Amino acid sequence: MTQHVSRRDFFKMSGGLAAGAGVAATGLVPPTAEAAPLNTSTILPYPAKAIGKLGGMKVNEPVTFNYPDASSPCQAIRMGEAVPGGVGPNNDIVAYSILCTHQGCPTSYDSKDRCFKCPCHFSIFDAEKSGQTVCGQAPTDLPRIVLEYNAGNDTVTAVAVDGLIYGRQANVL
Amino acid sequence: MAKAKDRIALPPVNAQKTNLTCHFCIVGCGYHVYTWPENQEGGKAPLQNALGLDFRQQLPPFATIVSTTQQNVVTGKDGRRHNILIVPDKECVVNEGGGSIRGLRMASYLYAEGTPTGERLAHPRMHTGDQWLETDWNQALAIYAGVTKKILDNKGPREIAFDTFDHGGAGGGFENTWGTGKLMFTALQTPLVRIHNRPSYNSECHATREMGIMELNNSYEDAEVADCIMSIGNNPYETQTNYFLYHWLPNLQGSTVDKKKQWFKGEEASAARFIFVDPRRTPTIAICETVAKDNVLHLDIQPGTDVALFNGLFTHVIEQGWIDKAFIAKRTKGFDEAANANKMSLDECSRITGVSVAKLKQAADWAYKPKAGGAMKRTMHAYEKGIIWGNDNYAIQSSLLDLVIATHNVGGRRGTGCVRMGGHQEGYTRPPHPTGEKLYNDQEIIAGKGMMYTAWGANPFQSTNNAENFRKAVLRRSEIVKDAMRKARGASTAEMVDAIYDAVANKGGLFVTAINLYPTKLAEAAHLLLPAVHPGEMNLTSMNGERRLRLSQKFMDGPGSAKPDCLIAADIANTMKAMYEKEGNAKMADRFKGFDWKTEEDAFNDGFRRAGQPGAEPIDSQGDASGNLATYALLRRAGNNGVQLPIKELKGDKLVGTEMLYTDKFGTDDGLAHFKASPWKGLLAPVQAQKDKYRFWVNSGRTNEAWQTLYHDQYNPAMKARWPMAPVEVNPADATELGIANGDIVELYNDYGSTYAMAYITDDAKRNHVFMQFGHYNGIQGDVTTEAVDRNVIPYYKGTWANLRKATRGDYTSTVSFKSRRYAI
Repeated sequence: MTQHVSRRDFFKMSGGLAAGAGVAATGLVPPTAEAAPLNTSTILPYPAKAIGKLGGMKVNEPVTFNYPDASSPCQAIRMGEAVPGGVGPNNDIVAYSILCTHQGCPTSYDSKDRCFKCPCHFSIFDAEKSGQTVCGQAPTDLPRIVLEYNAGNDTVTAVAVDGLIYGRQANVL
Repeated sequence: MAKAKDRIALPPVNAQKTNLTCHFCIVGCGYHVYTWPENQEGGKAPLQNALGLDFRQQLPPFATIVSTTQQNVVTGKDGRRHNILIVPDKECVVNEGGGSIRGLRMASYLYAEGTPTGERLAHPRMHTGDQWLETDWNQALAIYAGVTKKILDNKGPREIAFDTFDHGGAGGGFENTWGTGKLMFTALQTPLVRIHNRPSYNSECHATREMGIMELNNSYEDAEVADCIMSIGNNPYETQTNYFLYHWLPNLQGSTVDKKKQWFKGEEASAARFIFVDPRRTPTIAICETVAKDNVLHLDIQPGTDVALFNGLFTHVIEQGWIDKAFIAKRTKGFDEAANANKMSLDECSRITGVSVAKLKQAADWAYKPKAGGAMKRTMHAYEKGIIWGNDNYAIQSSLLDLVIATHNVGGRRGTGCVRMGGHQEGYTRPPHPTGEKLYNDQEIIAGKGMMYTAWGANPFQSTNNAENFRKAVLRRSEIVKDAMRKARGASTAEMVDAIYDAVANKGGLFVTAINLYPTKLAEAAHLLLPAVHPGEMNLTSMNGERRLRLSQKFMDGPGSAKPDCLIAADIANTMKAMYEKEGNAKMADRFKGFDWKTEEDAFNDGFRRAGQPGAEPIDSQGDASGNLATYALLRRAGNNGVQLPIKELKGDKLVGTEMLYTDKFGTDDGLAHFKASPWKGLLAPVQAQKDKYRFWVNSGRTNEAWQTLYHDQYNPAMKARWPMAPVEVNPADATELGIANGDIVELYNDYGSTYAMAYITDDAKRNHVFMQFGHYNGIQGDVTTEAVDRNVIPYYKGTWANLRKATRGDYTSTVSFKSRRYAI
C-alpha cells in the first residue's frame, strides 16, 4: 500500500499555510521530566499565564502564545462582538489550542470566515462557536483555552483548557 | 465517554488487545481495542503503556489518535468495570492509522449505564396497550412466536412482514444475515420481506449484475493508480472518508506516480484527474478543488439526467474511436444494439444535462482519450446513492456500464473498475428469497396487507420513501392492536396472543415488533421490542468495499439480556419448533430445525462456511464456496487486514484472497460482459408531476458527522449540539426571497407530505435546489419523497420537488455553527 501521502503533504502544505499563522511555536520541546507523574487528580494543575493586553489586540487578528507549556501552540482572537465563552468587557476574546484534535496538524486561522482550518484532513472549527467542528474528521471540537480578563491592568490570562490537546495523555504534561 | 475532558487513561502494557473493524461505513477501518481493569493505568513512558508512545512530551502530528471520544468505562455482567481505548490500527492497509469522526466515536457509543448509551434496550419490552413493561425472553418469545404461528397456520406466510438489514457492520454481518435469513426464508418462507433501506427485497445493483459485473470488483489500491477517477453521485470525504483520504487523494496529489510507473511500465503516468458528476458541489469537490484545481472537473448535471450524460459520452467515445475493439469482440456481447439504442449527440446531451459541450468533451478527453503512446486510459468509475437512489437506477447503471465496458475500464486492468462506493459494510449470506417476487412492501402495508411487521435493525419511519404515508398507515393499524391489548384485561399470555391475532386477522390491525439496539422511532408503533447487540458485544464478520473480510472480536458484554441477532432468530425458530412438536406437527417442526446454535460462531459455520459445500442447500453467499476456508481462528490471526473475498487458497495458516474480479471472465453464464440497451426516457412520472407543481428540487444525503439514522448520535451531546435537527442547505438568494435566515426552521411540502428542517444557507446550493440531511430523527426527508421506483422497486429517493417556507425562528443560532462546510483557503 502507498505510504500515506497526506503525511508528506502536511509538511508541504502546512509550510505554506501555517507560516502566516505564526506556528513557529510548534517546535517540540524535549521532555523536562524523566518520569512525569500521571495526572489523575480531579483538576489538573493548570498554570495561569498572561497572554497579552486587550489594548494590544486587534479585532479578528490572532495572537499566538503557548499554553499550558512551550510545546502547545495556541491562538487568541478578539472577535469584535460577544461570542460563547468570550471574556473581556465585550465578552469577545476567545482562545484555542491550534493543534487539530484529529492528527495534530497545526490549523490556520482563516480571518474571512473566522474558522480554524486543518490542511491535513480538512477539519474546520468555528472560532465563534467554542471551536465547534463545522465539518471534518476531528473527533472533538478544538480545545478551548479558558481565559480571564483583569480590567485593572487590561490583561488577558490563560487559566485552563477545556478539551484534550492533541498528542497528550493529559493537558498538563 | 471518558470521565474527564482534558485527559485519558492509557492502557498498561498488559492490557488485552483485540481487533475491531469500524462497524459504521463500508470502508471498515481497522482499530485495536485495549481493555483493562478500571483501577489501573499505563504510565507515560513508552515502556509503560501499550501504545509504546512517549507521553512525557507532546507527541508529533500523526503519532496516533487518542481523544476522549475513544475511551469509555464499561461494566461486565460480573460487575467488573474495565477501561476501553479504541485506537486506529497503523498496520491496517485500509486506513493506515487514520480514523474518521464516526469511527473515532465507537468507544463513546459502547453501552455504559449512566451515559447517553444507557438508552439502549437491555431486556425485551412488551406493550400492554397502554404502557411499556420490561419482560424476559420467555414471555416475549411466547407472544412473538405465538402470534407468528397463529398467522402462519391460519393465513400463511405472506402475512408475516419483515424489514431487515442485509449488510455488514453493526446491525448486520454474515452471522446475523444468515440467522435472520434462515428464519425468514427457510423456516417461515415469507416473501413479504424488505431490506432496511428500500421497500422491497432486491439488489441495489441489479443491472450491473445482469451485465456480469458485481459492484465491488476492484481494490482500494486501484484508486491509487488510476489515470482518472469518475465519481458519480458520490461524496466520499463525508461518506467513505478514509478510502478517499488514504487512497484517492494521494493520486490527485501526484504522490503515487512512482507506483504507477512501477506497475505500468512504459505507460505515461501523472497525477490523477478527478471528474465529479453531481448536481451539487459537495464538500468532497471543494477539497479536491483546493488541493489540485486544474485536475478536477465538476459535471453539475441537471437532477436525474445521468442516463443522458452516459449515453452522450458513450456515443462520443465510439465516434472518436476511444473504445477497445479487441476487448469488445473477445469478452463482450450486445455492443451494437446498445450503441444504437443509447445514441445521443453531445449537443443533445448538453441540452438535457445542462453541461456545456466543451465540458463534456473535456471529461471524455480526461477519462477515455488514449494516453501518449497509445495505451488506453485507466479510469476507475465509482458511484453511490446519486445513482442508486437516482432516476431509474436500472437504466442509469445500464448506461454507465455500457460506457465502462466499451472503454475496457472493467475486466481485470489494474487502476480501473466500476464500483459502488457503498454505505454499510457488506455481509450477505442467506437462503434464496422463497418466491423471487419483488413486492413493494410499503405499499402492501399501506394497502392493509400483512398482519405482523418486524423491523429488524431497521428504521423505516426515518428512512423510507413516501415515509409520512407509510408511518400513518402503520400507526393506524398498530393502534387497532393496542386497543385490543388494552381491552384484554387480566389476559394470560395465550389469551393475549388470541386478542392480538383477532385484531390483525379480523380488524385490520398490524402487530409490530422492533429488534434493535435502541427503542428508535419504531417504538411509537411497536408492541414488542427485542434487544440486540453490536460488534464488540459479539464476534462479527463483515466485508468492506474491496471485499475484505475481517472478524471483529468480542471484548465486552452487551446490555442486560441483549443478544446477537442470529441467536434471537434461533430463539424464535426454536420456540416455534417446540410449539409444533408439542402439538405433534412433525412436518412444520421440521421447517424450524437447524437452529441449535450456542454462539454466533455456530451461525457463521452454518451459513457462510457451508455455502456451496457438498450436501448444503442453496445459499447465496458473498463468500462463495471457498468461504468454507475462513474459520474464526484463521480470521483472528489475519487481524485487521483479513482477506479479500473470494478466498483463493489457504497457504499454511494464511488465507489468500482476490484483489480484482473478472480478470478472465465475467459473472454471466457465458462469461461475457453483456451490454444493455438503455435509451434516455426522462424523469419517472410521479417525480415529473411534483417537478411540474413545486419549485425546489429536494436532494438528500448524509453529513460526515452523522451515521445512518443517528441511532447512536441522537444521544451524543456533541451531535445534539451540531445537528439538533436535519439541516437543509439553501441558496442565499432563495433564502432572502423567502425571508429565511440561518437556523430558521423551515417547512418543505408537496403532494406527499411535509417535513421540517433547519435552514443552512450556503453559496454552494444552486438556486431552486436544496439539500437536506437524510435519515435524521428530527426532520424526516423521506416525508416528501414520492413512491416512484424503478422496474426492480428501487426508489428515486433523490428525486422530489417541494415548496419551502419559513415555519418558525427557533434558537439554533445560539449553539449551531452555520459556517461553510466546504473547505477553502
